[in-house]
Amino acid sequence: MEIRRGIPVSSGIIIRQAFVLDSEDYRIPRRFVTDKEIEGEVERFRQAVTSAESEINSLKQDVLRRAGTEVVPIFEAHMRMLLDRQMHDDVISQIRNSGFTAEYAVSKVFRTYTKNIKSVKDPFFAERVVDLFDIQKRLQRTLLGARREDLSHLSQEVVLVAHELTPSQVALLDRTKVLGITLDAGGRTSHTSIMARAMGIPCVVGLETISTDISGGQTVIIDGNRGIVIVEPDEPTLRKYQDAEGKYHDFSLSLLKYRHLSAKTTDGVKINLLANIEFPWEIKGAIENGAQGIGLYRTEFLFTENGGLSEDEHYRTYKKAMEEVDGRELVIRTLDLGADKFADPRSSDRPPEKNPFLGCRSIRLCLENPDVFKMQLRAILRASALGHNLKVMFPMISSLEELRQAKLILADTRESLDRDGIAYNKHMQIGVMIEIPSAAIIADMLAPEVDFFSIGTNDLIQYALAVDRGNERVAPLYKPAHPAILRLIDRIVKAGEKAGIKVAMCGEMSGDVVFTILLVGLGLQDLSTAPSVIPEIKQVIRSISAKEAKQIARRALKFQTSEEAVDYLIEKTRKILPEVY
Amino acid sequence: MEVAKQLTLINKEGLHARPAVKLVDTANRFKCEIIIKIEGREVNAKSMMSVLTLGAANGAVLNFVASGDDAQDAMSAIEALIAAKFDEE
Repeated sequence: MEIRRGIPVSSGIIIRQAFVLDSEDYRIPRRFVTDKEIEGEVERFRQAVTSAESEINSLKQDVLRRAGTEVVPIFEAHMRMLLDRQMHDDVISQIRNSGFTAEYAVSKVFRTYTKNIKSVKDPFFAERVVDLFDIQKRLQRTLLGARREDLSHLSQEVVLVAHELTPSQVALLDRTKVLGITLDAGGRTSHTSIMARAMGIPCVVGLETISTDISGGQTVIIDGNRGIVIVEPDEPTLRKYQDAEGKYHDFSLSLLKYRHLSAKTTDGVKINLLANIEFPWEIKGAIENGAQGIGLYRTEFLFTENGGLSEDEHYRTYKKAMEEVDGRELVIRTLDLGADKFADPRSSDRPPEKNPFLGCRSIRLCLENPDVFKMQLRAILRASALGHNLKVMFPMISSLEELRQAKLILADTRESLDRDGIAYNKHMQIGVMIEIPSAAIIADMLAPEVDFFSIGTNDLIQYALAVDRGNERVAPLYKPAHPAILRLIDRIVKAGEKAGIKVAMCGEMSGDVVFTILLVGLGLQDLSTAPSVIPEIKQVIRSISAKEAKQIARRALKFQTSEEAVDYLIEKTRKILPEVY
Repeated sequence: MEVAKQLTLINKEGLHARPAVKLVDTANRFKCEIIIKIEGREVNAKSMMSVLTLGAANGAVLNFVASGDDAQDAMSAIEALIAAKFDEE
């Protein structure tokens, strides 16, 4: 039994066998197959050779057409290396004699050849290491690709173990089969974590080496509540967790009872619980979980899918979302590409930014590319004709000038729709995300020019505390309850109240049940979270009075350290919802 | 039958990619086992990956040992290939 601690990013407890997804970009870990699987593994290797052979052949034809015959010898040499019988025998005997997976056997054999070639002093031969690497990568890609193929055709329920997953990989997982996720990389607010939480898959990240330490088929416990991963648990541990798994399931079911009750404090203050989504198909599940609308609809996907969709395709997607929300609130955030998210395909010919978090991302990218921005705004405005419940918000505003520029482009877009005789809602509400400290500090200046604020805590915290949330070494410094953050939030809410506009929060902090009492007490009216945590948040809100929450919030603002504030808030929350801890 | 022969690489490149391909192809035309010995190491002449590990440049002295029914023919073919500078120059 091995107990590992990581970062809990999506709650729930699950016990299943591991399905390990390796990446050709990382060291292939030493894994074993059972005796029964050995010949199948040999066959996998042979098939990988055959498919690499046809890859090299078609590549050769392609290059021959474009570059002429000088390059042919390179492919000839590659082909001889790939079809080297000695190498095949070496790999197969590693599989048969040691029971290694084909991936590991290939990497071990190639390591030996590489070492031998590297020891040659003549630089020409030493450079052949590159060819070896190329061939190995080709073989591994086929072998691992086949595993990935398996992932989409799982026949049994598993816990997925990987070094890293992209948000879109998570989005495409078969939720009925992948019941838990654990990763080497990642932090609480990485987009992969957000996606896992949105899909309600228990997930623990930041385990550094878990993907090399676990072999496929091993029994794994994922405790997404406490951030613990247990490999091959002993009997007592297994029994304890089986019990907990069942209890947590019952608890989750019991929370769903609150689904149709409103999120009202005991003294009658109503909080609007909304959901953060990325795809319109998530809306149905969010509403089933009790969401009263969508407080953050991320649209980046529309810009990365197939190299970017057209205005009509944007419109159709927003229309679909409008149909799904069926009259409930829908807040569309304009393009927020850059930094840790997806690469901007249009800027692929530019050198990468040295500091993307402080670079040309999000609204800055939009203001620099007004045509792209107008395209999205046109589609949003067209969709606004479908109902007053559709609102738009601009991310990453850092100054009044930026907000005014964005609004100017919106006004231009309206005029172009007027000219084309296309209908839209002339009173569509416009909001800004408050996620840069400068915006938080001048919230009183921004407030009179917008209809609502939405606090984006992930960026607000990372910019205010100067902590890269994806950097494992400084991740512990990322503290939502830092007194500076609590003061900023307090300040934003007060500025909103003074101007008479609504203040929402759509960052991760709003979905963390520890902070629910605090946020209600600070006066936030809308909390937008991952759909799966809505029932929990709602139960906390329904169990406390706004008056008491306010007292707790005032007290929390006085602590000098984040730890004291968190301990205090946990203690208060535990009193009303002991099952969470 | 076992045939041994010491051969010196007289082509400019030694066993670079193209000559290595030709040597390996030639070796693979025969059934016999063919080993190349150089400075205390020995590798399979039919294995491209192994031949490259020799790092054999111009002037390198290689000891070929062929064993099997067609060892004599194999050795003659290899000798001819090396003498013809791999038909490249």
